[in-house]
Amino acid sequence: MECQSQPALSLARHPVPAPPARVELPFRRDLLAAAGDVAGVCPGMFLLGVTFGLVVVHAGLAWWWTPLFSGLIFGGSLEFLLIAMAAAAAPLAAIALTSLLVQGRHLFYAVSFPLHQVSGRLRRTYAMFALIDEAYALTATRPAGELTSTRILAMQTLMHASWVGGGVAGALAGNSLPVHVPALDFAFTALFVVLAAEASLTGRRLADPLLALACALVARVAAPGQMLLLAMGMYCALQLILRPRTGRRRHA
Amino acid sequence: MPDTTYLAATVAIAATITFALRAAPFAVVNRLRSASTVTYLGQRLPSGIMIILVVYLLRDTQLTHPPSGVTQLLPVAVTAATYAWKRHMLLSMAVGTLTYALMLTLTS
Repeated sequence: MECQSQPALSLARHPVPAPPARVELPFRRDLLAAAGDVAGVCPGMFLLGVTFGLVVVHAGLAWWWTPLFSGLIFGGSLEFLLIAMAAAAAPLAAIALTSLLVQGRHLFYAVSFPLHQVSGRLRRTYAMFALIDEAYALTATRPAGELTSTRILAMQTLMHASWVGGGVAGALAGNSLPVHVPALDFAFTALFVVLAAEASLTGRRLADPLLALACALVARVAAPGQMLLLAMGMYCALQLILRPRTGRRRHA
Repeated sequence: MPDTTYLAATVAIAATITFALRAAPFAVVNRLRSASTVTYLGQRLPSGIMIILVVYLLRDTQLTHPPSGVTQLLPVAVTAATYAWKRHMLLSMAVGTLTYALMLTLTS
């Protein structure tokens, strides 16, 4: 069983090498590599997209709002919140404030996302637009030389397509499906557990995940409403303070 | 059912704010790319941020009443352990989600 499933396993985990006999086109090679990079993430995003599509239709919105939300905002947790708020006719100021607070964590992503690898103004704009948590997790831990412009953009496009495609499928399936399968909620958590495990194993420093865990728990108790920003802020500050060499300490 | 103008405004506001928060930091970071502090943070952040996101997703777990969060925490441990062992994303997610389904059945 284990031996038989080996090819499938390596397909999902590693970039697929092009057959050596064929003349390699860099573009094609990058696309295949990107497909391998996101093979573990896209099915999860598609499934979660289906759930989102169902939520949209059940909130009384037309199905075509799903691709608009998912395509233009492209931020899962915020989109789920917005549907609940829109169904309750929340004021637009509250919508803006929620967007700001939920998406505030993205302020931290620029530091390690390899945007400098992406060439061209339009492509860079798309790369920034599509900088979701999953894109950050899959690119930030890679050695810079491994990721080409095409590969990064292809990864992001595939994830975008999975999220929007899942949403459309869920919305169209609409009323014929039960809106809630409780066990599937965990698929989203499991996706992030896997991304955290990958980042921790790549980082090879036990102290980082432990420090982050402590920050998250403190923030959860101290400011449940603003847990994410507080935890990430504390983590950054502590990393700077604990920095081995006495370099610049801007946030003591 | 919310009207079209309101929903369009919702999408526009949320999309604009999301994009601004994703794009704006690059204006600063790209200028500081050579600064050692930015490089240092860039290496330290990924694992920390992902751990914080996981805790955030589990934030409503009840630890004080039985089953004391085991329903969520055991599947999390199984997911992480399977990944450390096999390094296969989908496999770990599937095993973790199945464990969670099992825990739901056992504890309900």
